[in-house]
Amino acid sequence: MTEPILTVRDVHKAFGALKASDGISLDLKPGEIHALIGPNGAGKSTLIKQIAGGLTPDRGTVHFEGREISGDTVYERARLGLGRTFQISALAMQFTVLENVVLGLVGESGSVFRFFRPVMKNPAYLERAHHALKRVGLQDHAQTKTAELSHGQRRQLEVAVALTLEPKAFLMDEPMAGLGAEGSKALTGFLRELKAEAPILLVEHDMDAVFALADRISVLVYGKIIATGSVAEIRANPEVRAAYLGHEEVEA
Amino acid sequence: MLRETHLNGLLMLALLIVPLAALALNEPFIITLATKVTILALAGVGLNLALGQGGLISFGHAIFFGLGGYSMGILASHAQSFTPLMEVPFLIEGTKLMPVIWIVAIAVSCLAALLVGLLSLRTSGVYFIMVTLAFGQMFYYFAISWPAYGGEDGLVIFVRNEFPGLNTLVPIQFFGLCFAVLCAVLFFVSKLNKSAFGLALSGAHFNAERAETVGIDITRVRLVAFVISAGITGLAGALFADLNRFVSPTMFSWHTSGQIMIFIILGGVARLYGPIAGAAVYIILEHYLGAFSDYWQIYLGLILLFVVLFAQGGLIGGLSKREAAHD
Repeated sequence: MTEPILTVRDVHKAFGALKASDGISLDLKPGEIHALIGPNGAGKSTLIKQIAGGLTPDRGTVHFEGREISGDTVYERARLGLGRTFQISALAMQFTVLENVVLGLVGESGSVFRFFRPVMKNPAYLERAHHALKRVGLQDHAQTKTAELSHGQRRQLEVAVALTLEPKAFLMDEPMAGLGAEGSKALTGFLRELKAEAPILLVEHDMDAVFALADRISVLVYGKIIATGSVAEIRANPEVRAAYLGHEEVEA
Repeated sequence: MLRETHLNGLLMLALLIVPLAALALNEPFIITLATKVTILALAGVGLNLALGQGGLISFGHAIFFGLGGYSMGILASHAQSFTPLMEVPFLIEGTKLMPVIWIVAIAVSCLAALLVGLLSLRTSGVYFIMVTLAFGQMFYYFAISWPAYGGEDGLVIFVRNEFPGLNTLVPIQFFGLCFAVLCAVLFFVSKLNKSAFGLALSGAHFNAERAETVGIDITRVRLVAFVISAGITGLAGALFADLNRFVSPTMFSWHTSGQIMIFIILGGVARLYGPIAGAAVYIILEHYLGAFSDYWQIYLGLILLFVVLFAQGGLIGGLSKREAAHD
């Protein structure tokens, strides 16, 4: 069995009386898409923040490539190769599409403290940026202001920025949200290719996408993982059906 | 509508032509006014790097303006009284040489900004404004209560400091020097804005979460920007002291911080040439409205209100077409 890239071990996090993470353990292995599903308020976002940084677990550890990262800052984890996309697009809206991608490259290459060379004329950055935009299908929008992009295009840009980091693992928080059937289908195909480059921990509400993509699924309910397994196993699991799949809600 | 670069060019041209015309018409006071605009604009360019580009609303930039002023005042007062600053463990003498004074002013301001920044950049938003204001007041009251260099009365420097090859007491020559410094700093900041650092700084401003997620240590980026910004404002402080041949604790007061901020808001936040337009309008209003009424700031207040409510790009934004930020 290959070593997992990302390992979450017995993570606890409480907000007052609410146990948002109640002893969560999961891992992400090379080449897989591991989907994390669960009803609203199950603690998915809390878990993501403990993996990507921003929230420190009360107890338990997060390891990335064998190294404990539980105490690292967001930017340190990003530098280690954790590429993240957000549920609500976190982009510099005043920037052009290209500038957002180049910002990613500046961070990735650690060349923040260069004061004189015009960054938007750096041929190496531009080539890589255009390549990333092409991969997500935004090549015609490089000079568009990010604020003018449609919701779906912003999601694509999120992925493009994550790509520039050449991450060793992706952490994607509901990349399909609000995409519509067509966009959802296109992104599903893209993620299937992408997992060969780096495994993806996918938090997603779109069940069709999850069942089509995931190699493994973990189900999170009230801060606990109640089941982990293949698509078929999860579909057949009575506990999961009762907690989640049985009464499918339509979520925004 | 004009393109923004053309408007900026016109602005700089006007700033250069007005004192030259004043020279021809033998109006030395106008030259002094133009010099004042140039120096105050420089202070604004400094603050604008932190406030406009970086979104760091510092209400304490008078600290650096004042430190620049006092760097000049202390060095020059020792030079004019022929007493060294200190003799143990090694001898430091005063100086009347502008380049040396400038370097000291920049170094002192940067160092102070490093300390102030390290402490205040832990906060953000309103708290950052209040913490920088509090630091400003600390420096202000320190300057008032420290008797060695004039205390509340300030320090008078009898003869303007020297610059090799120039007679700085001739108004047009001193103007030319200040104008050259402003141009050099504008060149430096325009490079900076378009560099990787500039992109990271505005990225951290527009979306801090995004900047961190791509691996940028935003606190360090902001600290460096704050320090550079302070160095520029400190340099302006040294020039301002030389213009007046006088330094006083007023340079440290929160009014000064507010005034520099007004230049930026009037001219256009985050626009490189904004503070030049802002400082020019401010000084013109002060001079001509001030002649009509002691309460001229009421009109300034109305204009500011108008700009904030209806023309957020300031004068530069209102009079020109916006160009792509990183063209």
